[in-house]
Amino acid sequence: MTAMLEVKNIEVAYGKIVAVKDVSLTVNQGEIVTLIGSNGAGKSTTLRTISGLLKPRKGEITFKGERIDGKPGHTIVSAGICQSPEGRRIFPRMSARENLELGAFLRNDKAGVAADMERVLDLFPHLRERIEQRAGTMSGGEQQMLAVSRALMGAPSLLLLDEPSMGLAPILVEAIFDTIVKIREQGTTILLIEQNAMVALEVADRAYVMESGEVKMSGKASDLKKDEAITKAYLGGH
Amino acid sequence: MSTALVKPQNVTRSNRKWIIGYSIAGAFLYFVYQFLLNWEGLPLGIYDAINRWMPPAAVNESLVYVIMALGLNIVVGYAGLLDLGYVAFWAIGGYCAGWFMSEFFYFLKIHFFGAVPAEAPGIHINFWLVLIIGGFVCAFFGALIGAPTLRLKSDYLALVTLGFGEIIPQIFFNGENFFGFNISNGTKGIVQVDPIPVGFKDLGPFDFGWKLLIFLFLAAVMVFISLRLRRGRLGRAWLAIREDELAASMMGVPLMRTKLLSYAVGAFAGGLGGVAFATHVNGVYAERFNFAISIFLLAMVVLGGMGNVWGVILGAFVLSWVNGNGLSAFGALYNERFGTEIDFASFTFLLFGLVLILMMLFRREGLLPESRLKLVLHEGDIDEREASGKKAR
Repeated sequence: MTAMLEVKNIEVAYGKIVAVKDVSLTVNQGEIVTLIGSNGAGKSTTLRTISGLLKPRKGEITFKGERIDGKPGHTIVSAGICQSPEGRRIFPRMSARENLELGAFLRNDKAGVAADMERVLDLFPHLRERIEQRAGTMSGGEQQMLAVSRALMGAPSLLLLDEPSMGLAPILVEAIFDTIVKIREQGTTILLIEQNAMVALEVADRAYVMESGEVKMSGKASDLKKDEAITKAYLGGH
Repeated sequence: MSTALVKPQNVTRSNRKWIIGYSIAGAFLYFVYQFLLNWEGLPLGIYDAINRWMPPAAVNESLVYVIMALGLNIVVGYAGLLDLGYVAFWAIGGYCAGWFMSEFFYFLKIHFFGAVPAEAPGIHINFWLVLIIGGFVCAFFGALIGAPTLRLKSDYLALVTLGFGEIIPQIFFNGENFFGFNISNGTKGIVQVDPIPVGFKDLGPFDFGWKLLIFLFLAAVMVFISLRLRRGRLGRAWLAIREDELAASMMGVPLMRTKLLSYAVGAFAGGLGGVAFATHVNGVYAERFNFAISIFLLAMVVLGGMGNVWGVILGAFVLSWVNGNGLSAFGALYNERFGTEIDFASFTFLLFGLVLILMMLFRREGLLPESRLKLVLHEGDIDEREASGKKAR
């Protein structure tokens, strides 16, 4: 397998406070990789650095063999990395359709955009019914579906998902994660950031465990799920 | 709770509709001011009333304000960037007219389809060309000022634009000796701007009726630009930035370029307005470009309805009318009737302040709101209603 995304020894700081130090991770073509860890472990900072919102102080990030660290957000989107951000950040005053159309902002192939619109609406049939509804009036689960769909509309080769389970009822979490697996089956590589380690390890191939800004452990998701330390720290320890 | 959306197939139809409505309104205004006012059979009472409440010069001035308010609306209403220094673009546009279509540079003799005799000194470029030059010079300055400042967020951006709006007029105010050059004639101003050539006639300062048509045309151009941009890719990018800058950038909207374009397009309109105003008052006067104008234009956008071109046009007409003739005409009537001697015109800003406070209390979305904005500003009410509805169930 070839490394699609390669993060090498990055350090990211907010002023004097170092949020991420010496983090390295790789995501291979066709994988679901998850980055788990508790609140404030530096997961979102890592993700924001990948998507160009933050610049690493040290280290480098390559995507399909090209350096992308420090590049502005829109060039990273056009390189093929789209994200569903933490807290969803849908455009509340626009309809679901307008949100999806904005997801395809950089694309010029009308036919492809229309086809992808159909594709995401097949993935989330519930959205189809609400397509003209104002996004701000949707429920949390619907908004999360919209955020994921919107990211997919950019036709990414790598999809970044930041806490898709946040604030959702267990049954909705299950539905979203089922869809995440489907998205991978359709050929999109996924980097998944989660606090809910249990579900994340369920769908992922490999995982990285972050703690206070560093990667503490990494390996196959199925192995990590059996690891006692992980079970204790993140899975509620049985 | 679903919102009605304008479907793409309605776009051309609604485009045609506004052009018809606009033409009818424009033709009516033109008829009144070009023919009715000059008709000898017009009863003296009506003649007096029109001249007292809405004289030809006031209509033209309102239209100049419409042009500029529409430009500011692109920055404030569409892209959601607060600009408190818009008057700077008006000034730059005005001086473009002063430089390129008057005898100000008397030591030069450059003519380019100008509307003056060939032996006149100074630079005399055709009005229509100067319009475009003024627009682009302003757009250039808009981008120049925007480049370093647009990285700032909301309040800070507003403060920097405020400073810019002070600096540019001050440069012109003291421009009699700008590093050894006279760029503005200082407080004396540049008097007498070339007439507007329209083929069969050259329009001087008193051809109100004909100039009304020209200003109507320029305002229509701005309406057209506004509506087209709004529907296009750029308009959606502005809207996304207004809604959520961070999310917009995650969708691939290039933030700096998109914001700079809103500044440049807005400034372009400021340039058009500046050139038009110079021909309207037949000169360029530094003291007219003050901070109050920036606020005045902003008030037009807010009062009318941010983001909605028709609202902004209404706002521009209402406020420039109150400021220009409405209040003083009302004052004269009141004083006549009740034998008082109140100087109503001096209460203009008191009235504006009151109107803005009342608007913020009762109608935050403006007189003719953009549907989307209305939803936001009453979001609290809706949510409460929805919440209580759920409880009842």
